[in-house]
Amino acid sequence: MRNRTFWLVTALVVIAVFAASRLVTNDYFFFAAYVVLQYVVLATAWNILGGYTGYINFGTAGFFAIGAYATVVLHQLWGPPIPLLILVGGILSGLVGLGMGVLTLRLKGVFFAIGTLALAIVVQTFVTNWDYVGGSRGVYVIRPAAAPFFGAYIHYLFFVMLVLAGLSVAIARSIEHSTLGFGLAAVRDDEQAAEAAGVPTLKLKLVATTLSGALMGMAGAPLPYYVTYLDPSSGFNLAYAVNAIAMPLVGGMTSWIGPLIGAIFLGVIQQAATVTISSSLNLLLVGAVLVFFVVAAPNGLIGLTFRRRGKAPATPGAAT
Amino acid sequence: MTEALLEVRGLGKRFGGFVALEDIALDVHRGERVGLIGPNGSGKSTLVNCLSGIQRHDAGSVRFDGRAFDGLPAYQRTRLGLARSFQLPKPFRSLTVVQNLHVPLLFTAKHRGGAMLSTAEIDARCEELLAMVSLQDKANARPRDLTQIEMRKLELARAMAAAPKLLIADEAMAGLSHSEVDDILALLVKLNQSGVTVILIEHIMRAVMSFSQRLVCLVAGKKIADGAPQDVVRNPDVERAYLGE
Amino acid sequence: MVADLLLNAIVSGIMLGGFYAAVSVGLAISFGMLDIGNLAHPAFVILGSFCVYVLNQHWGIDPILGAVLMTPFFFALGAALYEVYHFSFERRGEEGLRGLAFFFGILFITEVALILGFGVDYRFVQAPYIDVTWHIGDVDLAWRTLLPCLVALAMIGALQLFMSKTYIGRAILAVAQDSLALRLMSINPARVKLIAFALSIATASIAGALLIVIQPVEPSIGRDYIGRVFAIVVLGGMGSFPGMLAAALLLGVAESLTSTFYGPSWAPAVSFGILLLTLAFRPAGILGRT
Repeated sequence: MRNRTFWLVTALVVIAVFAASRLVTNDYFFFAAYVVLQYVVLATAWNILGGYTGYINFGTAGFFAIGAYATVVLHQLWGPPIPLLILVGGILSGLVGLGMGVLTLRLKGVFFAIGTLALAIVVQTFVTNWDYVGGSRGVYVIRPAAAPFFGAYIHYLFFVMLVLAGLSVAIARSIEHSTLGFGLAAVRDDEQAAEAAGVPTLKLKLVATTLSGALMGMAGAPLPYYVTYLDPSSGFNLAYAVNAIAMPLVGGMTSWIGPLIGAIFLGVIQQAATVTISSSLNLLLVGAVLVFFVVAAPNGLIGLTFRRRGKAPATPGAAT
Repeated sequence: MTEALLEVRGLGKRFGGFVALEDIALDVHRGERVGLIGPNGSGKSTLVNCLSGIQRHDAGSVRFDGRAFDGLPAYQRTRLGLARSFQLPKPFRSLTVVQNLHVPLLFTAKHRGGAMLSTAEIDARCEELLAMVSLQDKANARPRDLTQIEMRKLELARAMAAAPKLLIADEAMAGLSHSEVDDILALLVKLNQSGVTVILIEHIMRAVMSFSQRLVCLVAGKKIADGAPQDVVRNPDVERAYLGE
Repeated sequence: MVADLLLNAIVSGIMLGGFYAAVSVGLAISFGMLDIGNLAHPAFVILGSFCVYVLNQHWGIDPILGAVLMTPFFFALGAALYEVYHFSFERRGEEGLRGLAFFFGILFITEVALILGFGVDYRFVQAPYIDVTWHIGDVDLAWRTLLPCLVALAMIGALQLFMSKTYIGRAILAVAQDSLALRLMSINPARVKLIAFALSIATASIAGALLIVIQPVEPSIGRDYIGRVFAIVVLGGMGSFPGMLAAALLLGVAESLTSTFYGPSWAPAVSFGILLLTLAFRPAGILGRT
């Protein structure tokens, strides 16, 4: 399928899902679905750097929260519309991703991974000490009661996140089938050999880091309106980092389908578990699933299905 | 006398207190077949790494095709025409054999004057390369399904896909059987005849002797001999390095 | 007055640094020498704190004694963890990043399990020395920080002796440098690594006791330590104990000064910031490893 076609199909799916959602009367659905869609974006974004390039990012929460807190600042300054907030969040997180990449991408993957963790905590510390955004006490953000055309504001938020999810999936697939994606696969498989083959490894890694960070920031931008109360311990919650890794791992890291499946699968389970069991137990579940899949099924769910059918997992490759 | 294709002057490299290379000078001319020998640990691989850019040299200079190479990252050196194959094959494991060749084709072609290759051109070039190393029927196999010698051939084919002016073949024949060594040797000669300058790093003496027009010997990080193969092997310093005092 | 404050900040920084070294020595072994990115190490330290808390709470056992009693269990736990790690990753040569994800999951599971078991309240221990403070001139030496520092130095000293004098200790140092050579000497590197890794988790037991003597503990504190311990091990030049100790003292003093003059909420930024800068500019550490 050509890229242009895929984008078209994705847009149609987004519209279709949205149209179907108009039939749902229970508002709780929209709250839950928002979270699942948010994870689709985070998991897909993570996988661009993690699955396609082979560099693990433990600091998802940092990029995500940059988007959220950028919204808080702008909201307090003059309250721009959400699309603009998403753009700003994306740009800021993208720049931070770029900066961090410049600092740590020359090193082995292990050091990069630790660096991402460090970055998330440094950002969290700054936010915790910044009174303008509420510091450790947190900040309240008033969610508008309604949005024109959409009705309840949560419907609007749901739509926004649905569009972001579609966007991130389409971007991921475009990368997969591009020369960039091919280069990233080479970097992932053997960075030295890639460099010797003429691949500008550092440049490509920086592109991946920036893009991944930007998408995560975009996912975080609408958060303040969703939660209405934001404080550092929830904004920087480790659960974001763990889920962003677990979901692509469970779904499969080599293609855009993996994070999507993983996010929906784990996201829905968690939403159900939070309601029926406790939220802590639900987190325990995610951690256990992560460990299980890392140990027993490193190629994720799509890896398992393809192996059973005897086919190799799809690889990012240039369209030939 | 025109400038040599590769000009190395006073090249040095240390790792902390350990001197891996000291004051290496080397000229390689267009179309030459140069052999590089030396006992294990003499610095041959370090030299290759410094020339190809995977490691930065600490002293001296490297000039290639009239251009200073100092400070250039490895991928740019490959694009400018200096390619190397790895001693232990490093294929891209999640890609097929033909996709392994796509990588250098996609990332170096347009940098040697000309636009991106079209799909047809890429396919044609891959066919050529695979035929050259007799891997046509393994085009869609994965590296893990290849034999040792097939992986070595893929390694060489991948280096050749970058259409280099100079190819450094780093111990491409280690551990191969007599006839397999002949195969690789024939391949390298064919490459040289098509215009590629080759530096062959090898321990297998008969291969080095039959291939090289000129022989360079490294011992403990220093160049101790550089000249006609028959002369170099009879050099007392070289004999001592290999046979001991 | 400021001189007083400064002096005390430096002294408590040194003692804090000594304690940090105790927390980091395990990682100096697992990450510095064995190249195992054990992100979960701080979680085991916290686990150690809670074990010691239970022993102290129910049977009145002194925390440090309690930790010594728990050491064999932690050793066994470390061995079991290494077996899983080795079987799943090292054997397949995929240790790098999947291994990290594995330990990250373990870190998470441990933290959440502790929350489920103990809740999010701070826990502390009771011991006769906790409230004693010596006053030497203008300097206050609180036993609650001095004792852990001394125990830490003793533990590190003992480990250093173990590494350099005993057969197994030297085998561990050797496997850090060249496991092929070890194999040629018919020593199984995996067995040596097993013992080394188990040892690293055993140190977490003691470090945990020291932690809960110094301050009250709750499950999520482990996260603050990830940056600190990795910063210390990287800054200290990976496997080197003296380097690690120097780095730990440096970090302790830096944090203490920051805390005193800018407030404790900035402390995490110090250690993680130092880590980032070290990674960016000197990944070989301050004593340098080639």
